[in-house]
Formats: sequence, C-alpha cells, structure tokens
Amino acid sequence: MGFSLYGVELASRLLLGTAQYPSPAVLADAVRASSAGVVTVSVRRETGGAASGQQRFFALLGELGVRVLPNTAGCHSAREAIATAQMAREIFETDWIKLEVIGEADTLHPDPFGLVEAARELTADGFRVLPYCTEDLVTAAHLRDAGCEVLMPWGAPIGTGRGLNNVYGLRALRAHHPDIPLIVDAGIGLPSHAAAAMELGFDGILLNTAVAGAGDPVAMARAMALAIEAGRAGFEAGPVPMRDMAAPSTPVLGTPFQ
Amino acid sequence: MQILLNGESRDCVAGDLAALIDELGLASARVATALDGDFVAVRARGSAALRPGSSVEIVGPMQGG
Repeated sequence: MGFSLYGVELASRLLLGTAQYPSPAVLADAVRASSAGVVTVSVRRETGGAASGQQRFFALLGELGVRVLPNTAGCHSAREAIATAQMAREIFETDWIKLEVIGEADTLHPDPFGLVEAARELTADGFRVLPYCTEDLVTAAHLRDAGCEVLMPWGAPIGTGRGLNNVYGLRALRAHHPDIPLIVDAGIGLPSHAAAAMELGFDGILLNTAVAGAGDPVAMARAMALAIEAGRAGFEAGPVPMRDMAAPSTPVLGTPFQ
Repeated sequence: MQILLNGESRDCVAGDLAALIDELGLASARVATALDGDFVAVRARGSAALRPGSSVEIVGPMQGG
C-alpha cells in the first residue's frame, strides 16, 4: 500500500497538516491516529525566546518521529517563497519543500508564474520541490520541466472543505502524468472526498483543516486514514466503468413469466 | 541604530546578524534569518553587516498546513 516521494518510501498515503488544533496534545494524538508519516509545518516570525511555543513545537515534532514537509504558506512572490524555503530548510533540516506561491487572496489560487520560477530556482539549489498547484495541465508540464517530481493539485481552495471541485481536470492531470506521484492537497472536507480522490488514482492526500477543525480531530484523523486506504484499495481493484443506462446484474436468461 | 526587525522599527547595538541574534537572546533558539529579503545562513550571519534601516526577518518553527 505504500508509495514513495523523492525516493523516500512512505507507508501511509496521508500527509497531515499541523495547524489549527485545539492543543499540542490533540495535534500529537491526531498525528498518531492518522498514521501519517509526513506532517506539514511552516516558519513564522519568532516572537519569543528559546522557550517559546514555536520552539516547543519543534521539540514535539521530534517526539512524534515523523518526517516534516515545510511549506512556504503566505508567500506571494517567487522571491519571498525562495527565501522562506531556504529559512525552512535550515530550521527543519530537510530539502523537501511544499512550495506555495499565492496569486489571489479570495481563493488562495496559486500564481503559476511565480510557482514555476521558484520551483526552477529551488530545484537548482538542491531542494526537492512539492508544488501546491491546480489541475492546470500547462502549469503541470512547466513544473515538471522545472524539476518537480511530485505535483500537489488542489481539490478545492484551502480550508473550504468543498472536496473535488473539478473531477474532470483532476482525472486529466492523472492521465497526463501517470509516472509521478500526484497528491491532492487542499479542499478535502470529508472522508468521502479523500476516498474519491484516491479512487481517481491519486497517490496521496494532504489535508489539515478537515481534521484540525473537526469536533473530534483524533477520530477524524482515523476516519481519513481509513477512507484513504479504502479509496486506494478500490482504485487498485479496478472499478467498473460508469454507464448511462441500467444493466441488470441478475441473469436475464431463465427469468420466470417472460 | 534603528533597524526594521520582523516588520517593526527597533533600536539595536549589534553590528551584524550574529550579534543581533545574541542581543535578542535567541542564540540557543532554532531560528533562521533573512536580511533585506535574502536568506542569510547561520554561518554567514557574522559577516552580514547591519545598517540603519536594514530589514531583518527572524523566523522560527510554526505549525502549518
């Protein structure tokens, strides 16, 4: 059931965000319940000293024993994203970066131009770039050219919980890039959304708000893990094609009174 | 001198980034720095001179999605 990102084998196909939990203890329990092997993190202006909450958060990550994927959340230009990625690499000691370059405030739609520019420069600087993108095929091709070996299209805008807004587009992206991991990142609200993405053949799911904002984040973390596992198993089992017209499943031959 | 630290104007006596980190009591904290928009690695902080009006970013770990 596992898969690999930049040569790193991962047992779980769920990547979990660490923001917005009611407490560090709930975050820790949710990560454990999710079985996620990768959690996303960020950098922000340090407001305290060596004993600040930010520094304690770093210690908690060590206790959880998970791989971290730093993001460049909040960056609106390639230059900001590059500097943020470099700072994150030094803090978290990883060359993985979830590259976000935001182009529009209401939808948090990625800026494809800044994204490709930053991806190219960061790859040249030794980063392993996991770009937060859309299902747009042209941007995806440019990101591949820039050196990205993983793509992370949104399901829907960050934090909306709307699920898969453009199934057609996601299906097309999967068909055009059968040879690299594709992770649906953002917009997942329900376990059924996650399962649907996996049934389309996506390799993994990255989500945060759906778990952190749930009434019981730990229970939702477990539910998401189950849904992702079920969706992947369904994909691998070879789903039947959808039909427009009914087709009886019980044999027609021998039907009485006909 | 007056610098811009994390977006806010502030006085400091430090002449370079390494000294500023010490002055702020962050020597043992896990932080990263940028000067005037560009990343400055730990090993380069001592040679990253501050000037009046320099814009310094000091960031630490944070939860993220």
